[in-house]
Amino acid sequence: MLDADFFRRWMTATTALVDRDAERLTALDSPIGDADHGSNLQRGFTAVATALEKDAPDTPGAVLVLAGRQLISTVGGASGPLYGTLLRRTGKALGDAAEVSAEQLAEALRAGVDAVRTLGGAAPGDKTMVDALVPAVDALGDSFAAAGAAAAEGAEATTPLQARKGRASYLGERSVGHQDPGATSSALLFEALKETAGE
Amino acid sequence: MSDEQQLVGIVLVSHSAEVAASVAELAKALSGGAGAVAVAPAGGTASGEFGTSSELVASAAASVDRGAGVAVLTDLGSAVLTVKALLAEGDELPDNTRLVDAPFVEGAVAAVVTASTGAGLAAVEAAAAEAYSYRKT
Repeated sequence: MLDADFFRRWMTATTALVDRDAERLTALDSPIGDADHGSNLQRGFTAVATALEKDAPDTPGAVLVLAGRQLISTVGGASGPLYGTLLRRTGKALGDAAEVSAEQLAEALRAGVDAVRTLGGAAPGDKTMVDALVPAVDALGDSFAAAGAAAAEGAEATTPLQARKGRASYLGERSVGHQDPGATSSALLFEALKETAGE
Repeated sequence: MSDEQQLVGIVLVSHSAEVAASVAELAKALSGGAGAVAVAPAGGTASGEFGTSSELVASAAASVDRGAGVAVLTDLGSAVLTVKALLAEGDELPDNTRLVDAPFVEGAVAAVVTASTGAGLAAVEAAAAEAYSYRKT
């Protein structure tokens, strides 16, 4: 079973990976975006880590709801409401249980991903974070490691796609050949989950 | 007729503080006698950069809320998504706050003029959305 401490460590691990890859995320966001994805997410997850240290919420759901609120209020770009909605909706779906199973987390994350799709209007294949999130959640039934691998593969598979959502969509065919920054950062979330689970 | 005092409030959310503030001034100026309508800009991030601040949006909405509803107009991308995420949250914006699907400048003028007549939120929203139908060529 996964408790609040597991979820805090997941968020802390995500913060560390975002720190590690911030420059890479911003570099990916330069040709097809506005070159701020790494720094925006770094600011957001740093605020998440600080808030979790200060408040220490005591249920898995409360950890994710707090993290989501921090992202919505601190990121300043579209990734704030998108990641914020993902974590907050996942947290709300977990309710106030003190511990949750991996299956419950998978189910809650599916609700979170559905909320992201509703908010942004993106479908798989649109070259967005959805392209990493959907395969990751699908693979979560197998293992955390499988979800991490599926997210990374999903992110890499955005390279040949033409963007149909967000600023990159204005570039039309010129968005082809670049890996999507949002899908890439979404893969970090699942890499951190895999690490946290020790897989 | 105390209802006349309760006008719909307007919030203008842009990635740029200057754009939001300027469109608010423009809409009020073009609306003639619409001085009574509360219009608040929420532009840029809290640190003054281009982007969207949920705090600035929430405080702008609170500042124009007279109890008759708040119409929020946005430019694009994170401005739209931030307002939608705040509305989904349920407790960060005044009751009866609505994201209006409208062109930013034209919709703002239409919304302020309509709100100045004492029209309700649905009428303000419809007037702003109708601004999409004005073709320029």
